Amino acid sequence: MKPEALTEALVEKFGDQVAPLETPFEIPQYRVEPRALVDVATYLKEVGFEMLLDVGGVDYYPRSPRFEVVYHFLDMKNRRRVRLRCSPPDERPEVPSLAAIWPAADPAEREVYDLFGVVFTGHPNLTRILMPYDWEGHPLRKDYPLRGPREKLEARFAAEKNRFHAPKLAGER
Amino acid sequence: MEMTNGQFFVTTIDKFVRWAQKSSIWPLTFGLACCAIEMMNLVGPRYDAARFGSEVMRASPRQADLMIVSGRLSLKMVPVIQQVYQQMPEPKWVIAMGACASSGGIFDNYAIVQGVDRVLPVDVYVPGCPPTPDAVLHAIMKLKESIAQGRAKGGVMAREA
Amino acid sequence: MAKLDPAGLPLEHPDPRGYRVEAAEGDRMIISVGPHHPSTHGVLRLILELEGERVVNCVPEIGFLHTGIEKTAENLTWQQAITVIDRMDYLSPLSNNLAYVLAVEKLLGIEVPERARYIRVLMVELQRIASHLVWLGTTVLDMGMMSGFFYAFDIREAILDIFEEVTGARMNPSYIRIGGLANDVPDNFVQMVQEFLDRFPKRLDELHAILDENPIFLDRLKGIGAISKDKAIAYGLTGPNLRACGIDYDVRKAFPYCGYEEFDFKVPLGTNGDCYDRYLVRMQELRESHKICVQALQRLPEGPWQIDDRKIVRPPKHEVRENMEALIHHFKLVSYGFDVPEGEVYVSIESPRGEIGYYVVSNGKNKPWRVRTRPPAFYNVFAIPEMVRGELVADLVAVVATVDPVFGEVDR
Repeated sequence: MKPEALTEALVEKFGDQVAPLETPFEIPQYRVEPRALVDVATYLKEVGFEMLLDVGGVDYYPRSPRFEVVYHFLDMKNRRRVRLRCSPPDERPEVPSLAAIWPAADPAEREVYDLFGVVFTGHPNLTRILMPYDWEGHPLRKDYPLRGPREKLEARFAAEKNRFHAPKLAGER
Repeated sequence: MEMTNGQFFVTTIDKFVRWAQKSSIWPLTFGLACCAIEMMNLVGPRYDAARFGSEVMRASPRQADLMIVSGRLSLKMVPVIQQVYQQMPEPKWVIAMGACASSGGIFDNYAIVQGVDRVLPVDVYVPGCPPTPDAVLHAIMKLKESIAQGRAKGGVMAREA
Repeated sequence: MAKLDPAGLPLEHPDPRGYRVEAAEGDRMIISVGPHHPSTHGVLRLILELEGERVVNCVPEIGFLHTGIEKTAENLTWQQAITVIDRMDYLSPLSNNLAYVLAVEKLLGIEVPERARYIRVLMVELQRIASHLVWLGTTVLDMGMMSGFFYAFDIREAILDIFEEVTGARMNPSYIRIGGLANDVPDNFVQMVQEFLDRFPKRLDELHAILDENPIFLDRLKGIGAISKDKAIAYGLTGPNLRACGIDYDVRKAFPYCGYEEFDFKVPLGTNGDCYDRYLVRMQELRESHKICVQALQRLPEGPWQIDDRKIVRPPKHEVRENMEALIHHFKLVSYGFDVPEGEVYVSIESPRGEIGYYVVSNGKNKPWRVRTRPPAFYNVFAIPEMVRGELVADLVAVVATVDPVFGEVDR
């Protein structure tokens, strides 16, 4: 199936839920409405895109809608790839989960949730994956400072540090 | 101390203990990041830390004297490294291997502790990203020197009231 | 805050499937392997549910090496970001470099000279050999053989010597730059690589001699940790782990980059997808990489090693000393960098662990807006539960070792 044929098929099947985007670099890309994502992904799997290569997030702050979840699919037999871009609304950054179709989406979506705070509805275990469980905030958001709340945490460690250091001996300088 | 054929030498207990401590420092296999691969080279054929009594990499902290913190330390790892350090028997030493372990290195960001000396007492810092195994051998030599001179306290806690 | 165990990790794992350390039912036991454990090859924590010695379930927990590399890269210029991206997959930093650099070059619309292209291929393939040798050394060490470790690391030292000679660093060299290379190769490069390539097949035969008929080694790998084709695809496995299942997918063949279509090499395939096949595939890949290196060295052309665009690559030092314009270019590149046209691009290459891809977003400024990595080891790690289910605890060591995760890349 040629990229043009895929575009036609997608537009015919899903109407205005799928909008083909300009394709400057070989991988055809489509903007998908969050509510149609599962159907589009299922359809892609049917037409041969058997592997979910990657799920990644992008924060376009201060643009609105700010978040974008980017999916890459791979068809190994026909050697082609396709990209879906899904922008949830700012007030409710929610995207349906693909973990039921591809187990690979499970950890990848957890990572996007951890780093961007995008919620994947229907995910079996949406918890933090890279940051500690009690971490506050989502580090890869553009309004999150690069150094994070480190100063505060390091003050805590400094207080505990003395426990490990050998106290000075009597008469020692 | 009496020798078999009547010879003897005099030393202080302190010196003797330090000699024993410095002569076979067993490192803990505490690999974190890039530096861990260079630390593996340390016991490899070319650098061969066995020449200096440090070839026995111990996986259990209970059997190790030296923790080579090889790589960047993330905030999530801090409780783990503290527990592993506490599990090591005294005396124990710490080498901060590489720029990240010494100072955070190029990763001045939300996730990385800016130097392990913020959470552990460090005896020797090794520069480099990653340091070559020779540099780590040099650090072990330096550590031995400072043990022999009694400067490295070995993490011994509260010897005075 | 969740209740913590002495290590500061949550006692009640927030997994709805119910992993509670104290709530093991009947004969089931739950143990935590890692994050500090010799067989996890880094800082991986595996929560195992055991029935006797059989693994019933396994939940990997990662993030102990989360470095914030993607965030840091957003705060550096395009060229500077190479240094942090180096440190993701620390066994093959040049693959990371290459994938990222190819992505940025695609956005810029530049094509590097032939010589740079060949040196890139040569260096990346040498890196693949070095990376597979570390994998081999640590795997045989986990299988209880110290000598294999010595052999593998000894061969690897020769490659590191080449890297040190060419780039100045044994690891993390940041050698592949946007627009070409950091520097030309030294005069003795061809000779050094030739010497290594002449010696390598014999050294590899030695390794085969001590491993291929070693009953202990084979018993611990054969039929252990198999994963089916469908599962492998569903879990997003790539690289040698996928090819061990018999699926012919190699980015070098499927989506050639850097002129890989000109080289004659085969893609080794396994059949069962078990630990032994993963071992075989990597061993054969060593030979194929050797073949590519030989071809690249033979064809290595003379000529420029970077593009001739002073807006992107730095002018040579002697010009900076004499030429005002060159000095200005130099200053501009070092202080500000260069702007990259707006757009999004995904470029992937075959790293020793699988398909490493970079989804790079530019907003037209001198810093990347977003650098998203597709980490192959990340997806490979989450396929481990599928492989160890039903196996013995001791086999977990073989599975984790043959999957070959690198945690710099898993956690980034």
